[in-house]
Amino acid sequence: MDTKKTAKDRWEEAYAGRGERDAEFSTMSGVPIKALYGPEDVEGDYDEKIGYPGQYPYTRGVYPNMYRGRLWTVRQFAGYGSAAETNERFRYLIEHGQNGLSVAFDMPTLMGLDSDSPLSLGEVGTEGVAIDSLEDMEKLFEGIDMGAISTSMTINAPAHVLLAMYVAAAEKQGVSPEKLAGTNQNDILKEYIAQKEWIFPPEPSMQVFKDMLVYATEHMPRWNTVSISGYHIREAGSTAAQELAFTLSDGFAYVEAGIEAGLDVDDFAPRLSFFFNSHIDFFEEIAKFRAARRIWATVMKEKYGARDEKSLLMRFHTQTAGVSLTAQEPYNNVARTAFEALAAILGGTQSLHTNSFDEALALPTEEAVRIAVRTQQIAALETGVTNTIDPLGGSYFVEALTDELEKQAYDYFRQIDEMGGVVRAIENGFQMHEIAEASARYQREIENGTRKIVNVNIYEPKDESDVETHRIDPAVSEGQLNRLKDLKERRDNERVEECLEAVKRACREGENTMYPTIEAVRAYATVGEICSAMQEVYGTYRETPVI
Amino acid sequence: MADTIRVVVAKVGLDGHDRGAKIIARALRDAGMEVIYTGLHQTPEQVVEATIQEDADAIGVSILSGAHMTLLPRIIDLLKENDAEDILVFCGGTIPKQDIPKLKEAGVGEVFTPGTPTRKAVEYLQGQLVS
Repeated sequence: MDTKKTAKDRWEEAYAGRGERDAEFSTMSGVPIKALYGPEDVEGDYDEKIGYPGQYPYTRGVYPNMYRGRLWTVRQFAGYGSAAETNERFRYLIEHGQNGLSVAFDMPTLMGLDSDSPLSLGEVGTEGVAIDSLEDMEKLFEGIDMGAISTSMTINAPAHVLLAMYVAAAEKQGVSPEKLAGTNQNDILKEYIAQKEWIFPPEPSMQVFKDMLVYATEHMPRWNTVSISGYHIREAGSTAAQELAFTLSDGFAYVEAGIEAGLDVDDFAPRLSFFFNSHIDFFEEIAKFRAARRIWATVMKEKYGARDEKSLLMRFHTQTAGVSLTAQEPYNNVARTAFEALAAILGGTQSLHTNSFDEALALPTEEAVRIAVRTQQIAALETGVTNTIDPLGGSYFVEALTDELEKQAYDYFRQIDEMGGVVRAIENGFQMHEIAEASARYQREIENGTRKIVNVNIYEPKDESDVETHRIDPAVSEGQLNRLKDLKERRDNERVEECLEAVKRACREGENTMYPTIEAVRAYATVGEICSAMQEVYGTYRETPVI
Repeated sequence: MADTIRVVVAKVGLDGHDRGAKIIARALRDAGMEVIYTGLHQTPEQVVEATIQEDADAIGVSILSGAHMTLLPRIIDLLKENDAEDILVFCGGTIPKQDIPKLKEAGVGEVFTPGTPTRKAVEYLQGQLVS
C-alpha cells in the first residue's frame, strides 16, 4: 500500500472508479469544465487579482458596500404606440414615484426613417414609440419637467438627432442642456456586429459619435453619451467570451475616439457605462461579469492612462437572455429568467431588466411584466444572496473560470489589434463571422442532443399551452402618418431646406454635426430628412451577409 | 421541378435579428438545398422579385418585429400578382399562437416559433416540395 497518497490522489482514484453520466461537461460557450476545482486552479496574488470591492481591479465589485449599501435598480424597458400614449404612461410612472424614464423607439425611428417611408410598413409604433419630429418629442414630455427626471433613450444610429430633439424640447420648457440627465445607448459599433440597425458606414458613424461625445462633454455634464452593449452581441448567438471581448473592444474604440477628438480620458470615461446579457449558463455568466470589471479597470489604467478612479469603474446594466426563452411551454421561462437574474446579481450588476415569460411570442402583457419584476424582488429580499458582497469570490471554480474568460478576451483583443482595430475588423466581417460560427455550433449541439433544452429537445410538450399575448392597436400607424403629413404642410419648408444644407455642410467640412442638427430639429426637420441629408455625404452602410 | 430544392431565406422589415435566419439558411444548405439569403431590411417587393429571379421553390421569411400580419400577406399578394402563387411561403420568428391560423388562411404554408429544431423545417420543405 502506498502511504504517500494525498487526499486529492484518493479522491481522484475514487472519482475514476465511479464513472460519469453521459453528458457534455462544458459551458454553453464550449469551455471544458473539470469535475472539481481546487487551490491549484487559481493563479496569482489575491490582492492583485481579486482584491476588495471598490478597489482596483474591482473583480469583486465597483463599490465598497455593493448591495449591503443599496440594491440594484429594477429597470424594465418598455414603450409602444404614439408619443401621446407613451406620455400618459410616463406621467403615471412619475405620479407613482418613478423619476427615471426609459424610452423604447419603434423600428423606423431606430433606423432613422420617417413613419411614411415604404420600409416602415407595418412597424410604426409597434415595438416602441414613433418619433418623426420635434413635435413628437415635445408631446412625449408634455407636462413633465425635463430638468427633474433622468431619461434613458435606447437609440443608436440616429442618436444624434434624438439627442438634439431632447435638447430642443427641453429648451422649449426653459430647461438648459446642463440640467439634462440621462443616457442614450448610442453604441453604433455593436449595430454592425449584431443588432444591425445602422445608417452610415462605420467611419462616418464614429465621426458622429465623436461629435456627440464632444458636445455632451462640453454642454451636458449629466448626460451619458454611450451605453456600451454586449446584450445584442450575445442575442445574435455569440459565446460569453465573444460578448465580453467584442463589447470591451468596442468600449476601448470609443475611448480612443474621445482621445482622438482632443478630450482628456478622465473628462468622459467616468460617464461610460455598459450593458450585458445574462444567459442561462450560471457560473460562466458570473465569471464574465467579474472578468469584465477587471479587464476594464486594468486597460483603462495601464493603456489609456486614466487617473480618476471613476474612469476605471465598469458600471453595468444587465438584461436576462431573450434568446433563451422558448415558445414551447412559455411558463417555464419564468424559471429560466430567475436563474439568469441570479447570475447577474451574483455578478454584481448595477441595474437589471428581467424578461417576461411570454416574450418568445410577443411584447409582454402587464401580468407577465409583473411576474418579471417580482422575480427580482424575490431574489433581492427573500433568497439572502444580498447579505454579503460577492459571495462567490474565492470560489476555486469561479475564479478559474473568470481567469479563463479573461484570457479568451485578451486573445480576441490581440486578433482585433492585428487587424488594425475594431472598425477594420468590422469591415473584414471578423466579429460577425465569429458569432455566426458560434451560433451554428450551439444550434448543432441542440439538434444532435448534446446540449439539452427542456421542451425543445428533451421532454417535448404534448400539448402547447395557450397564453394571452399583448396586441398593438393598428390605429397608431394611421394617426402618426396623418400628423406627419400635416406637419410637413404647416412648417416653414424653406427653413427646413436651409437647415438640411447646413447639416450636409458640417458633414462635408468635418465640423461638429450636433449644432446644425439641433438647428434642423428646431425647424421641425424630421429624423428621416436629417439622416438622409447626412447619407448624401456619408453614404449608406451595406452589409455583406455572413451565413 | 428540378432535383435540388431552391429556397430564398428572407429578412423583411426593419428588425435586425438575423440569428434565426442564418441558422435556418445553414440548416437548409446542410440538408442539400440551394439557399439564397437576402440579407437584412428587405421590402416584400424586393423579396418577391429575388425569389422569381432566382427561380426558387420556396421563401422562408424571418420576422421578429411583430409586423408579420402586414408583411406576410403582402408577400403572398405580390406572388399572386406575379402568377407565382405556386411558390411555397413559410415563416419563423416571434409569432403569437393566435396569429398562426390567420397566417395559414392567408396562404402561409407553415409557421415555426422560437425553439423549433431546424430539422422540422427541413422535413417540412422536403415533404412539400419533393414528389
